[in-house]
Amino acid sequence: MTDPTANLRDASLTKAIMAEVRHIATQPWNIMEICGGQTHAIMQYGLDQLLPPEITLIHGPGCPVCVTSLQAIEQGLQIASRPGVIFTTFGDMLRVPGNQADLFTARSQGADVRVVYSPLDSLKIANANPDKQVVFFAIGFETTAPTIASTILTASRNEIKNFSILPANVLVPPAMHAILLNPANRVQGFLAAGHVCAVMGYHEYLPIAEQYQIPIVVTGFEPVDLATGILMAVQQLEAGQHEVTNAYPRFVTREGNQVAQKIISQVFEPVDRQWRGIGTIPLSGLGLRPGYASFNALSRFELDQTPLYESPLCIAGKVLSGIAKPLDCPAFSKECTPAHPLGAPMVSSEGACAAYYRYQRIPG
Amino acid sequence: MCLGIPGKVTQIHEQDGILMAAVDFYGVEQAVCIATTPEVALGQYVLVHAGFALNVLSDTEAEETLKILRDLQAFNARLTEEDQSK
Repeated sequence: MTDPTANLRDASLTKAIMAEVRHIATQPWNIMEICGGQTHAIMQYGLDQLLPPEITLIHGPGCPVCVTSLQAIEQGLQIASRPGVIFTTFGDMLRVPGNQADLFTARSQGADVRVVYSPLDSLKIANANPDKQVVFFAIGFETTAPTIASTILTASRNEIKNFSILPANVLVPPAMHAILLNPANRVQGFLAAGHVCAVMGYHEYLPIAEQYQIPIVVTGFEPVDLATGILMAVQQLEAGQHEVTNAYPRFVTREGNQVAQKIISQVFEPVDRQWRGIGTIPLSGLGLRPGYASFNALSRFELDQTPLYESPLCIAGKVLSGIAKPLDCPAFSKECTPAHPLGAPMVSSEGACAAYYRYQRIPG
Repeated sequence: MCLGIPGKVTQIHEQDGILMAAVDFYGVEQAVCIATTPEVALGQYVLVHAGFALNVLSDTEAEETLKILRDLQAFNARLTEEDQSK
């Protein structure tokens, strides 16, 4: 078997696909890449600079740390600061601003905050520290959900009592509905997030394409994948079609990974969830089912209700909904930089503002 | 966050009741949970996210996609040549 990515960073092939996009585009089209990882890849490989003037890429809300609610971050900060707690998290979360502090600050003030690569690492920490409560900050989309569900099943099976999660997982399809129902929506086609679809398949997008008459193309993350996704979306838009098509068949099937889906639905159920900057989206989050409710950190710790404070300068909500671009923000690269972020999209390795800053899409 | 890296399965074993694999990422080996891809065989590529294999690479699909794209590239190159020779 050959290295699956060897040919997918081929510049001449990427340019040939983009030449075809230029060739067929006859009018302006706005296409949203949902996943923040795709936003970064597009900037990193300069695909935005190879696009014809007709095609505008709009950056989507698919950055888990960006959409994790301020309330959840404040809850995380409170739990992490308790004595006897080890708070585990993906590294991206450390610098996301809460009201005033972030987890990095909490750690510098003595909180035991540890970065883990896999949620399973939290169980190792729990086993090694039986006198401590280990709390994992459960963020992420459907890509991450099976890894967290599987960790909870393992904890349940092995009766690990000192492990719990702060539940903050979110789902893509309800967010697409929210974007399309927004009166200011400009999105005419979607690049669906390839790794979300690797887990979930793409059958759940068929009703969305039909209801809103919008093409959706499952797209991967290498330059050739992204260029192909864009080409397939523009082909449909030019032909007046609204199908769900798959530009990432090496990892995505219509039905997805059914073992992973079963594990997710065994542990979690859809709940209403608040998205930072966007608001509450019905049934857009994953909450623990009653049988696993004992793993909910919110029922183990009594927390204070703190008032929530967002920077009035930050337009993250508009950026995450695809209504504004990072450069539309007056604070971009002035008051707001990766070293001093006002909003989450400037922090993360998937945030659109961080991508513009890092790859220098800065005017002048 | 939704980063997924393809790696090659070099060994499969069970650890504390969990199905695990050793996965080679371009020379760096990492332990990966394969609970959601129990069908994977040695030598196959898996898509790994947060220490879990999310799916197994379909080799035929990968080759098929590339073939279509190479054909498109060749077709466009021929068109460009024809344009220039006019």
